[in-house]
Amino acid sequence: MIRVKNIYKSFDGRNVLDDISVTFEPGMTNLIIGSSGSGKTVLLKSIVGLHEADSGEIWYEDTLFNTLNFHERKEIRKQIGMLFQGSALFDSLSVEDNVRFPLDMFSGLNTREKKERVNFCLERVNLAGTNKLFPSELSGGMKKRAAIARAIALNPRYLFCDEPNSGLDPITAILIDNLIKEITEEYNITTVVNTHDMNSVMEIGEKIVFISEGQKCWEGNSKEILNSDCKLLNDFVFANALAKQLKNTGV
Amino acid sequence: MLKFLHEFGNYWILMGKVFSKPENYSVYYRQTLREFISLGLYSIGIVVIISVFMGAVITLQTAYNTDNPIYPSYLIGLGCRDSIILEFSSTVIALILAGKVGSNITSEIGTMRVTEQIDALEMMGVNSASFLILPKITATLLFNPFLTLISIVVGIAGGWIAGVGAGVVTSSDFIYGIQYAFIPYYILYSMIKTVFFAFIITTVAAYHGYFVEGGSLEVGRASTKAVVYSSILILLTNVILTQLMLS
Ligand SMILES: Nc1ncnc2c1ncn2[C@@H]1O[C@H](COP(=O)(O)OP(=O)(O)OP(=O)(O)O)[C@@H](O)[C@H]1O
Ligand SMILES: [Mg+2]
Repeated sequence: MIRVKNIYKSFDGRNVLDDISVTFEPGMTNLIIGSSGSGKTVLLKSIVGLHEADSGEIWYEDTLFNTLNFHERKEIRKQIGMLFQGSALFDSLSVEDNVRFPLDMFSGLNTREKKERVNFCLERVNLAGTNKLFPSELSGGMKKRAAIARAIALNPRYLFCDEPNSGLDPITAILIDNLIKEITEEYNITTVVNTHDMNSVMEIGEKIVFISEGQKCWEGNSKEILNSDCKLLNDFVFANALAKQLKNTGV
Repeated sequence: MLKFLHEFGNYWILMGKVFSKPENYSVYYRQTLREFISLGLYSIGIVVIISVFMGAVITLQTAYNTDNPIYPSYLIGLGCRDSIILEFSSTVIALILAGKVGSNITSEIGTMRVTEQIDALEMMGVNSASFLILPKITATLLFNPFLTLISIVVGIAGGWIAGVGAGVVTSSDFIYGIQYAFIPYYILYSMIKTVFFAFIITTVAAYHGYFVEGGSLEVGRASTKAVVYSSILILLTNVILTQLMLS
Protein backbone atom coordinates (compact mmCIF):
# COMPACT_ATOMS: atom_id res chain seq x y z
CA MET A 1 0.00 0.00 0.00
CA ILE A 2 1.21 3.46 -0.87
CA ARG A 3 -0.16 6.56 0.79
CA VAL A 4 0.43 10.03 -0.56
CA LYS A 5 -0.42 12.92 1.73
CA ASN A 6 -0.70 16.57 0.74
CA ILE A 7 1.96 16.58 -1.96
CA TYR A 8 3.01 19.89 -3.48
CA LYS A 9 5.45 20.36 -6.32
CA SER A 10 6.27 23.44 -8.35
CA PHE A 11 8.72 24.20 -11.13
CA ASP A 12 10.05 27.77 -11.31
CA GLY A 13 7.19 29.06 -9.17
CA ARG A 14 4.51 27.29 -11.24
CA ASN A 15 2.43 24.81 -9.23
CA VAL A 16 2.34 21.45 -10.98
CA LEU A 17 1.06 19.38 -8.06
CA ASP A 18 -1.28 21.15 -5.71
CA ASP A 19 -2.15 19.35 -2.47
CA ILE A 20 -2.66 15.81 -3.75
CA SER A 21 -3.57 13.05 -1.30
CA VAL A 22 -4.38 9.53 -2.40
CA THR A 23 -4.01 5.92 -1.30
CA PHE A 24 -3.05 3.06 -3.63
CA GLU A 25 -4.12 -0.43 -2.58
CA PRO A 26 -2.25 -3.68 -3.27
CA GLY A 27 -3.63 -6.28 -5.67
CA MET A 28 -5.48 -3.76 -7.78
CA THR A 29 -4.75 -1.50 -10.70
CA ASN A 30 -4.83 2.09 -9.52
CA LEU A 31 -5.23 4.57 -12.36
CA ILE A 32 -4.21 8.19 -12.47
CA ILE A 33 -6.04 9.90 -15.30
CA GLY A 34 -5.99 13.43 -16.60
CA SER A 35 -5.36 15.38 -19.75
CA SER A 36 -1.92 15.97 -21.19
CA GLY A 37 0.12 18.30 -19.00
CA SER A 38 -2.10 17.81 -15.95
CA GLY A 39 0.80 16.52 -13.86
CA LYS A 40 0.47 12.73 -14.03
CA THR A 41 4.12 12.05 -14.81
CA VAL A 42 5.29 14.54 -12.22
CA LEU A 43 3.06 12.89 -9.60
CA LEU A 44 4.37 9.43 -10.44
CA LYS A 45 7.98 10.61 -10.39
CA SER A 46 7.43 12.39 -7.09
CA ILE A 47 6.06 9.21 -5.56
CA VAL A 48 9.17 7.25 -6.54
CA GLY A 49 11.53 10.10 -5.67
CA LEU A 50 12.79 10.99 -9.15
CA HIS A 51 11.34 14.43 -8.41
CA GLU A 52 11.64 15.76 -4.87
CA ALA A 53 8.21 16.93 -3.66
CA ASP A 54 8.26 20.44 -2.13
CA SER A 55 6.17 19.28 0.80
CA GLY A 56 3.94 16.41 1.82
CA GLU A 57 4.45 12.78 2.79
CA ILE A 58 4.86 9.56 0.81
CA TRP A 59 4.42 6.32 2.71
CA TYR A 60 5.37 2.86 1.46
CA GLU A 61 3.58 0.63 3.96
CA ASP A 62 4.87 2.04 7.25
CA THR A 63 7.97 3.74 5.88
CA LEU A 64 8.03 7.47 5.28
CA PHE A 65 9.83 7.51 1.92
CA ASN A 66 10.62 11.15 1.32
CA THR A 67 12.82 11.64 4.36
CA LEU A 68 14.99 8.60 3.59
CA ASN A 69 18.53 9.12 2.32
CA PHE A 70 19.88 7.72 -0.92
CA HIS A 71 20.95 4.38 0.56
CA GLU A 72 17.75 3.79 2.50
CA ARG A 73 15.72 4.59 -0.59
CA LYS A 74 17.65 2.00 -2.54
CA GLU A 75 16.15 -0.77 -0.43
CA ILE A 76 12.64 0.33 -1.35
CA ARG A 77 13.53 0.96 -4.97
CA LYS A 78 14.69 -2.61 -5.37
CA GLN A 79 11.05 -3.56 -4.76
CA ILE A 80 9.78 -1.14 -7.39
CA GLY A 81 9.30 -1.90 -11.06
CA MET A 82 8.80 1.08 -13.29
CA LEU A 83 7.70 1.48 -16.87
CA PHE A 84 8.63 4.89 -18.26
CA GLN A 85 6.58 6.86 -20.76
CA GLY A 86 9.34 6.38 -23.35
CA SER A 87 10.18 2.77 -22.32
CA ALA A 88 13.77 3.72 -21.33
CA LEU A 89 15.27 0.42 -22.44
CA PHE A 90 19.08 0.45 -22.43
CA ASP A 91 20.04 1.06 -26.07
CA SER A 92 23.35 -0.70 -25.80
CA LEU A 93 21.86 -3.96 -24.51
CA SER A 94 19.75 -6.59 -26.25
CA VAL A 95 16.24 -7.35 -25.04
CA GLU A 96 17.52 -10.31 -23.09
CA ASP A 97 20.28 -8.29 -21.44
CA ASN A 98 17.84 -5.53 -20.61
CA VAL A 99 15.58 -7.93 -18.76
CA ARG A 100 18.54 -9.65 -17.16
CA PHE A 101 20.08 -6.39 -15.99
CA PRO A 102 18.23 -6.12 -12.65
CA LEU A 103 18.86 -9.82 -12.07
CA ASP A 104 22.59 -9.36 -12.67
CA MET A 105 22.69 -6.41 -10.34
CA PHE A 106 20.69 -7.70 -7.42
CA SER A 107 19.42 -11.25 -7.64
CA GLY A 108 22.29 -13.61 -6.83
CA LEU A 109 20.78 -16.21 -9.18
CA ASN A 110 23.15 -18.35 -11.25
CA THR A 111 23.40 -18.05 -15.01
CA ARG A 112 20.88 -20.78 -15.76
CA GLU A 113 18.32 -19.46 -13.29
CA LYS A 114 18.67 -15.97 -14.72
CA LYS A 115 18.17 -17.28 -18.22
CA GLU A 116 15.01 -19.09 -17.13
CA ARG A 117 13.70 -16.01 -15.37
CA VAL A 118 14.40 -13.84 -18.42
CA ASN A 119 12.59 -16.24 -20.71
CA PHE A 120 9.69 -16.52 -18.29
CA CYS A 121 9.29 -12.73 -18.17
CA LEU A 122 9.55 -12.42 -21.94
CA GLU A 123 6.93 -15.10 -22.43
CA ARG A 124 4.71 -13.35 -19.94
CA VAL A 125 4.64 -10.28 -22.21
CA ASN A 126 4.41 -12.32 -25.44
CA LEU A 127 7.93 -11.53 -26.53
CA ALA A 128 9.37 -15.04 -26.48
CA GLY A 129 12.12 -15.41 -29.06
CA THR A 130 13.10 -11.75 -29.27
CA ASN A 131 16.02 -12.23 -26.87
CA LYS A 132 18.73 -11.18 -29.26
CA LEU A 133 17.06 -8.11 -30.75
CA PHE A 134 18.14 -4.62 -29.78
CA PRO A 135 15.72 -1.86 -28.70
CA SER A 136 16.25 -0.06 -32.01
CA GLU A 137 14.92 -3.16 -33.77
CA LEU A 138 11.64 -3.24 -31.83
CA SER A 139 8.33 -1.56 -32.56
CA GLY A 140 6.86 0.88 -30.04
CA GLY A 141 4.54 -1.72 -28.54
CA MET A 142 7.30 -4.32 -28.31
CA LYS A 143 9.49 -1.80 -26.50
CA LYS A 144 6.76 -1.20 -23.95
CA ARG A 145 6.34 -4.92 -23.44
CA ALA A 146 10.08 -5.48 -23.11
CA ALA A 147 10.16 -2.67 -20.55
CA ILE A 148 7.34 -4.36 -18.62
CA ALA A 149 9.31 -7.61 -18.68
CA ARG A 150 12.30 -5.76 -17.22
CA ALA A 151 10.10 -4.08 -14.61
CA ILE A 152 8.72 -7.39 -13.35
CA ALA A 153 12.00 -9.34 -13.51
CA LEU A 154 12.69 -9.01 -9.80
CA ASN A 155 9.08 -9.70 -8.73
CA PRO A 156 8.38 -6.15 -7.62
CA ARG A 157 6.05 -5.32 -4.80
CA TYR A 158 5.16 -2.00 -6.45
CA LEU A 159 4.69 -1.40 -10.16
CA PHE A 160 4.47 2.04 -11.77
CA CYS A 161 3.50 2.43 -15.41
CA ASP A 162 3.55 5.79 -17.16
CA GLU A 163 1.16 5.59 -20.11
CA PRO A 164 1.81 1.94 -20.92
CA ASN A 165 -0.35 2.03 -24.03
CA SER A 166 -0.05 5.51 -25.50
CA GLY A 167 0.69 5.39 -29.19
CA LEU A 168 -0.43 1.78 -29.59
CA ASP A 169 -3.24 0.34 -31.65
CA PRO A 170 -6.43 -0.46 -29.64
CA ILE A 171 -5.86 -4.21 -29.68
CA THR A 172 -2.26 -4.09 -28.46
CA ALA A 173 -3.27 -1.41 -25.96
CA ILE A 174 -5.88 -3.66 -24.39
CA LEU A 175 -3.44 -6.56 -24.42
CA ILE A 176 -0.97 -4.55 -22.39
CA ASP A 177 -3.66 -3.27 -20.03
CA ASN A 178 -4.83 -6.77 -19.32
CA LEU A 179 -1.30 -7.97 -18.87
CA ILE A 180 -0.70 -5.35 -16.20
CA LYS A 181 -3.96 -6.20 -14.49
CA GLU A 182 -3.19 -9.93 -14.51
CA ILE A 183 0.29 -9.50 -13.10
CA THR A 184 -1.06 -7.19 -10.43
CA GLU A 185 -3.65 -9.67 -9.23
CA GLU A 186 -1.42 -12.70 -9.58
CA TYR A 187 1.38 -11.32 -7.40
CA ASN A 188 -0.67 -8.92 -5.28
CA ILE A 189 1.33 -5.93 -6.50
CA THR A 190 0.46 -2.33 -5.73
CA THR A 191 0.18 -1.02 -9.26
CA VAL A 192 -0.17 2.61 -10.30
CA VAL A 193 -0.86 3.38 -13.96
CA ASN A 194 -0.92 6.79 -15.63
CA THR A 195 -3.17 7.03 -18.63
CA HIS A 196 -5.44 9.27 -20.62
CA ASP A 197 -6.93 6.41 -22.54
CA MET A 198 -10.64 5.91 -21.76
CA ASN A 199 -10.51 2.32 -22.99
CA SER A 200 -8.03 1.47 -20.25
CA VAL A 201 -10.14 3.27 -17.73
CA MET A 202 -13.21 1.20 -18.53
CA GLU A 203 -11.24 -2.02 -18.96
CA ILE A 204 -9.00 -2.13 -15.92
CA GLY A 205 -9.90 0.84 -13.71
CA GLU A 206 -10.59 -0.52 -10.24
CA LYS A 207 -9.56 2.62 -8.52
CA ILE A 208 -9.33 5.83 -10.51
CA VAL A 209 -7.95 9.22 -9.54
CA PHE A 210 -8.64 12.13 -11.86
CA ILE A 211 -6.28 15.07 -11.72
CA SER A 212 -6.56 18.34 -13.55
CA GLU A 213 -3.96 21.10 -13.44
CA GLY A 214 -2.24 19.42 -10.55
CA GLN A 215 -5.31 19.04 -8.34
CA LYS A 216 -7.19 15.90 -7.49
CA CYS A 217 -10.74 16.46 -8.73
CA TRP A 218 -12.33 13.07 -8.38
CA GLU A 219 -11.73 9.55 -7.08
CA GLY A 220 -13.78 6.41 -7.68
CA ASN A 221 -14.10 3.30 -9.86
CA SER A 222 -15.03 2.62 -13.47
CA LYS A 223 -18.71 2.13 -12.67
CA GLU A 224 -19.03 5.45 -10.91
CA ILE A 225 -17.06 7.40 -13.46
CA LEU A 226 -19.89 7.72 -15.98
CA ASN A 227 -22.24 9.24 -13.46
CA SER A 228 -19.98 11.66 -11.68
CA ASP A 229 -21.08 15.24 -11.20
CA CYS A 230 -17.57 16.62 -11.69
CA LYS A 231 -17.76 18.82 -14.77
CA LEU A 232 -14.06 18.56 -15.65
CA LEU A 233 -14.21 14.78 -15.41
CA ASN A 234 -17.30 14.61 -17.60
CA ASP A 235 -15.58 16.72 -20.23
CA PHE A 236 -12.64 14.32 -20.09
CA VAL A 237 -14.69 11.13 -20.15
CA PHE A 238 -17.03 12.22 -22.89
CA ALA A 239 -14.44 13.96 -25.00
CA ASN A 240 -14.66 11.53 -27.87
CA ALA A 241 -17.52 11.63 -30.31
CA LEU A 242 -18.77 8.11 -29.80
CA ALA A 243 -18.99 8.48 -26.04
CA LYS A 244 -20.80 11.78 -26.44
CA GLN A 245 -23.35 10.26 -28.81
CA LEU A 246 -23.95 7.34 -26.48
CA LYS A 247 -24.46 9.67 -23.56
CA ASN A 248 -26.87 11.88 -25.49
CA THR A 249 -28.93 8.91 -26.60
CA GLY A 250 -28.98 7.76 -23.00
CA VAL A 251 -27.23 4.37 -23.34
CA MET B 1 31.15 33.74 -11.71
CA LEU B 2 28.32 32.50 -9.49
CA LYS B 3 27.28 30.11 -12.22
CA PHE B 4 30.83 28.85 -12.48
CA LEU B 5 31.01 28.17 -8.72
CA HIS B 6 27.65 26.41 -8.93
CA GLU B 7 28.89 24.17 -11.73
CA PHE B 8 32.16 23.57 -9.95
CA GLY B 9 30.28 22.49 -6.83
CA ASN B 10 27.98 20.20 -8.80
CA TYR B 11 30.97 18.65 -10.51
CA TRP B 12 32.52 17.64 -7.19
CA ILE B 13 29.21 16.42 -5.81
CA LEU B 14 28.93 14.21 -8.87
CA MET B 15 32.49 12.96 -8.32
CA GLY B 16 31.51 12.09 -4.76
CA LYS B 17 28.70 9.94 -6.12
CA VAL B 18 30.99 8.39 -8.74
CA PHE B 19 33.65 7.27 -6.30
CA SER B 20 31.58 4.98 -4.18
CA LYS B 21 31.63 1.23 -3.77
CA PRO B 22 30.22 -0.55 -6.86
CA GLU B 23 26.99 -2.44 -6.20
CA ASN B 24 28.15 -5.49 -8.04
CA TYR B 25 31.79 -6.13 -8.88
CA SER B 26 31.28 -8.54 -11.75
CA VAL B 27 28.99 -6.10 -13.56
CA TYR B 28 31.44 -3.28 -12.87
CA TYR B 29 34.29 -5.38 -14.22
CA ARG B 30 32.36 -6.16 -17.40
CA GLN B 31 31.49 -2.50 -17.94
CA THR B 32 35.14 -1.55 -17.53
CA LEU B 33 36.21 -4.08 -20.15
CA ARG B 34 33.63 -2.64 -22.52
CA GLU B 35 34.98 0.86 -21.97
CA PHE B 36 38.56 -0.33 -22.55
CA ILE B 37 37.44 -1.35 -25.99
CA SER B 38 35.22 1.57 -26.91
CA LEU B 39 37.29 4.36 -25.35
CA GLY B 40 40.78 2.82 -25.60
CA LEU B 41 41.20 0.33 -28.41
CA TYR B 42 39.02 2.31 -30.79
CA SER B 43 41.23 5.37 -30.25
CA ILE B 44 44.44 3.69 -31.36
CA GLY B 45 43.73 4.31 -35.03
CA ILE B 46 43.37 8.05 -34.79
CA VAL B 47 46.35 8.32 -32.43
CA VAL B 48 48.56 6.41 -34.88
CA ILE B 49 47.51 8.44 -37.90
CA ILE B 50 47.95 11.80 -36.20
CA SER B 51 51.25 10.82 -34.59
CA VAL B 52 52.82 9.66 -37.86
CA PHE B 53 52.02 12.91 -39.60
CA MET B 54 52.89 15.17 -36.70
CA GLY B 55 56.21 13.33 -36.23
CA ALA B 56 56.93 13.85 -39.89
CA VAL B 57 56.10 17.56 -39.82
CA ILE B 58 58.05 18.19 -36.62
CA THR B 59 61.13 16.55 -38.17
CA LEU B 60 60.91 18.47 -41.43
CA GLN B 61 60.40 21.78 -39.65
CA THR B 62 63.27 21.16 -37.27
CA ALA B 63 65.41 20.30 -40.29
CA TYR B 64 64.54 23.43 -42.24
CA ASN B 65 64.93 25.67 -39.17
CA THR B 66 68.37 24.29 -38.40
CA ASP B 67 69.51 24.30 -41.99
CA ASN B 68 72.87 25.74 -41.06
CA PRO B 69 76.21 23.87 -41.10
CA ILE B 70 77.03 24.88 -37.53
CA TYR B 71 74.20 22.68 -36.19
CA PRO B 72 75.03 18.98 -36.31
CA SER B 73 72.27 17.11 -38.13
CA TYR B 74 71.60 14.69 -35.27
CA LEU B 75 69.89 17.67 -33.59
CA ILE B 76 66.98 16.94 -35.91
CA GLY B 77 66.41 13.56 -34.27
CA LEU B 78 66.86 15.03 -30.82
CA GLY B 79 64.43 17.88 -31.49
CA CYS B 80 61.86 15.52 -32.91
CA ARG B 81 62.16 13.20 -29.90
CA ASP B 82 61.85 15.90 -27.29
CA SER B 83 58.94 17.76 -28.86
CA ILE B 84 57.05 14.53 -29.24
CA ILE B 85 57.68 13.25 -25.73
CA LEU B 86 57.29 16.54 -23.92
CA GLU B 87 54.32 18.11 -25.61
CA PHE B 88 52.92 16.35 -28.59
CA SER B 89 52.14 12.85 -27.35
CA SER B 90 50.64 14.01 -24.09
CA THR B 91 49.04 17.40 -24.70
CA VAL B 92 48.13 17.41 -28.38
CA ILE B 93 46.89 13.84 -28.25
CA ALA B 94 44.86 14.74 -25.16
CA LEU B 95 43.23 17.59 -27.06
CA ILE B 96 42.37 15.24 -29.90
CA LEU B 97 40.97 12.69 -27.47
CA ALA B 98 38.96 15.40 -25.73
CA GLY B 99 37.21 15.77 -29.07
CA LYS B 100 36.81 12.11 -29.86
CA VAL B 101 36.39 10.37 -26.51
CA GLY B 102 34.90 13.38 -24.72
CA SER B 103 32.09 13.99 -27.16
CA ASN B 104 31.41 10.27 -27.28
CA ILE B 105 31.01 10.13 -23.50
CA THR B 106 28.85 13.25 -23.30
CA SER B 107 26.51 12.13 -26.03
CA GLU B 108 26.20 8.60 -24.67
CA ILE B 109 25.44 9.67 -21.11
CA GLY B 110 23.39 12.68 -22.25
CA THR B 111 21.20 10.50 -24.45
CA MET B 112 20.68 8.12 -21.55
CA ARG B 113 19.62 11.10 -19.45
CA VAL B 114 17.07 12.54 -21.88
CA THR B 115 15.58 9.14 -22.71
CA GLU B 116 15.11 8.41 -18.99
CA GLN B 117 17.56 5.49 -19.04
CA ILE B 118 19.41 7.09 -16.12
CA ASP B 119 16.12 7.41 -14.23
CA ALA B 120 15.50 3.75 -14.98
CA LEU B 121 18.86 2.85 -13.42
CA GLU B 122 18.12 4.96 -10.36
CA MET B 123 14.72 3.31 -10.03
CA MET B 124 16.31 -0.10 -9.92
CA GLY B 125 18.38 1.11 -6.98
CA VAL B 126 21.59 1.45 -9.00
CA ASN B 127 23.93 4.38 -8.31
CA SER B 128 23.77 5.58 -11.90
CA ALA B 129 26.66 8.04 -11.61
CA SER B 130 29.05 5.42 -10.35
CA PHE B 131 27.75 2.71 -12.65
CA LEU B 132 28.11 4.80 -15.80
CA ILE B 133 31.12 6.97 -15.06
CA LEU B 134 33.52 5.01 -12.86
CA PRO B 135 34.25 2.31 -15.49
CA LYS B 136 35.03 5.05 -18.02
CA ILE B 137 37.42 6.75 -15.62
CA THR B 138 39.16 3.49 -14.79
CA ALA B 139 39.47 2.56 -18.44
CA THR B 140 40.87 5.88 -19.63
CA LEU B 141 43.25 6.36 -16.69
CA LEU B 142 44.76 2.95 -17.35
CA PHE B 143 44.66 2.97 -21.12
CA ASN B 144 45.61 6.52 -22.10
CA PRO B 145 49.25 6.12 -20.96
CA PHE B 146 49.45 3.29 -23.51
CA LEU B 147 48.07 5.58 -26.15
CA THR B 148 50.76 8.10 -25.26
CA LEU B 149 53.48 5.45 -25.52
CA ILE B 150 52.14 4.34 -28.87
CA SER B 151 52.05 7.94 -30.00
CA ILE B 152 55.68 8.52 -28.94
CA VAL B 153 56.94 5.45 -30.79
CA VAL B 154 54.87 6.02 -33.90
CA GLY B 155 55.59 9.76 -33.91
CA ILE B 156 59.34 9.25 -33.83
CA ALA B 157 59.03 6.58 -36.52
CA GLY B 158 57.07 9.05 -38.62
CA GLY B 159 59.85 11.57 -38.13
CA TRP B 160 62.45 9.08 -39.23
CA ILE B 161 60.48 8.14 -42.35
CA ALA B 162 59.95 11.76 -43.35
CA GLY B 163 63.47 12.89 -42.48
CA VAL B 164 65.22 10.08 -44.28
CA GLY B 165 62.68 10.02 -47.11
CA ALA B 166 63.07 13.72 -47.80
CA GLY B 167 66.83 13.41 -47.53
CA VAL B 168 67.20 16.07 -44.81
CA VAL B 169 68.94 13.73 -42.40
CA THR B 170 70.68 10.38 -42.65
CA SER B 171 69.20 7.42 -40.87
CA SER B 172 72.24 6.98 -38.62
CA ASP B 173 72.31 10.68 -37.62
CA PHE B 174 68.61 10.61 -36.79
CA ILE B 175 68.97 7.47 -34.70
CA TYR B 176 72.02 8.91 -32.97
CA GLY B 177 69.97 12.05 -32.28
CA ILE B 178 67.05 10.27 -30.68
CA GLN B 179 69.44 8.51 -28.30
CA TYR B 180 71.56 11.57 -27.53
CA ALA B 181 71.19 13.06 -24.02
CA PHE B 182 68.03 11.08 -23.43
CA ILE B 183 66.30 11.86 -20.13
CA PRO B 184 64.01 8.99 -19.06
CA TYR B 185 62.24 11.32 -16.62
CA TYR B 186 60.63 13.03 -19.61
CA ILE B 187 58.69 9.87 -20.32
CA LEU B 188 57.41 9.78 -16.76
CA TYR B 189 56.50 13.46 -17.00
CA SER B 190 54.55 12.73 -20.16
CA MET B 191 52.74 9.77 -18.56
CA ILE B 192 51.77 11.76 -15.49
CA LYS B 193 50.38 14.53 -17.64
CA THR B 194 48.45 11.96 -19.64
CA VAL B 195 46.81 10.56 -16.52
CA PHE B 196 45.69 14.04 -15.42
CA PHE B 197 44.40 14.80 -18.89
CA ALA B 198 42.53 11.50 -19.05
CA PHE B 199 40.78 12.34 -15.81
CA ILE B 200 39.81 15.77 -17.13
CA ILE B 201 38.54 14.45 -20.46
CA THR B 202 36.41 11.71 -18.92
CA THR B 203 34.96 13.51 -15.94
CA VAL B 204 34.24 16.84 -17.65
CA ALA B 205 32.51 15.03 -20.50
CA ALA B 206 30.58 12.79 -18.12
CA TYR B 207 29.53 15.78 -16.03
CA HIS B 208 28.12 17.58 -19.06
CA GLY B 209 26.25 14.49 -20.21
CA TYR B 210 24.90 13.56 -16.81
CA PHE B 211 23.19 16.89 -16.20
CA VAL B 212 21.68 17.47 -19.65
CA GLU B 213 18.11 18.67 -19.59
CA GLY B 214 15.89 18.65 -22.65
CA GLY B 215 16.34 16.66 -25.84
CA SER B 216 18.80 15.74 -28.54
CA LEU B 217 19.55 19.39 -29.29
CA GLU B 218 20.74 19.93 -25.74
CA VAL B 219 22.81 16.75 -25.89
CA GLY B 220 24.62 18.15 -28.92
CA ARG B 221 25.22 21.46 -27.17
CA ALA B 222 26.49 19.70 -24.09
CA SER B 223 29.00 17.72 -26.18
CA THR B 224 30.37 20.91 -27.68
CA LYS B 225 30.61 22.52 -24.25
CA ALA B 226 32.35 19.48 -22.82
CA VAL B 227 34.99 19.54 -25.55
CA VAL B 228 35.62 23.28 -25.13
CA TYR B 229 35.86 23.14 -21.34
CA SER B 230 38.03 20.07 -21.19
CA SER B 231 40.39 21.51 -23.84
CA ILE B 232 40.82 24.70 -21.83
CA LEU B 233 41.34 22.73 -18.63
CA ILE B 234 43.92 20.52 -20.35
CA LEU B 235 45.92 23.54 -21.51
CA LEU B 236 45.74 25.13 -18.07
CA THR B 237 46.76 21.94 -16.30
CA ASN B 238 49.58 21.55 -18.79
CA VAL B 239 51.08 24.88 -17.75
CA ILE B 240 50.75 24.10 -14.05
CA LEU B 241 52.17 20.58 -14.29
CA THR B 242 55.06 21.73 -16.46
CA GLN B 243 55.98 24.39 -13.95
CA LEU B 244 55.72 21.90 -11.09
CA MET B 245 57.58 19.04 -12.72
CA LEU B 246 60.24 20.57 -14.94
CA SER B 247 61.32 23.64 -12.96
N1 LIG C 1 11.37 19.01 -15.29
C1 LIG C 1 10.39 19.92 -15.44
N2 LIG C 1 10.67 21.25 -15.36
C2 LIG C 1 9.69 22.17 -15.50
N3 LIG C 1 8.40 21.88 -15.73
C3 LIG C 1 8.06 20.59 -15.83
C4 LIG C 1 9.02 19.54 -15.70
N4 LIG C 1 8.40 18.36 -15.83
C5 LIG C 1 7.10 18.67 -16.05
N5 LIG C 1 6.90 19.99 -16.04
C6 LIG C 1 5.60 20.67 -16.22
O1 LIG C 1 4.66 20.04 -15.40
C7 LIG C 1 3.39 19.96 -16.03
C8 LIG C 1 2.88 18.54 -15.93
O2 LIG C 1 3.69 17.70 -16.73
P1 LIG C 1 3.52 16.14 -16.78
O3 LIG C 1 4.65 15.59 -17.55
O4 LIG C 1 3.29 15.61 -15.42
O5 LIG C 1 2.19 15.98 -17.60
P2 LIG C 1 1.41 14.64 -17.93
O6 LIG C 1 0.11 14.71 -17.21
O7 LIG C 1 2.26 13.47 -17.66
O8 LIG C 1 1.14 14.82 -19.47
P3 LIG C 1 1.21 13.70 -20.65
O9 LIG C 1 -0.09 13.00 -20.60
O10 LIG C 1 1.32 14.53 -21.88
O11 LIG C 1 2.38 12.84 -20.40
C9 LIG C 1 3.60 20.44 -17.45
O12 LIG C 1 3.02 21.71 -17.54
C10 LIG C 1 5.09 20.51 -17.63
O13 LIG C 1 5.40 21.63 -18.41
MG1 LIG D 1 3.24 12.04 -18.80
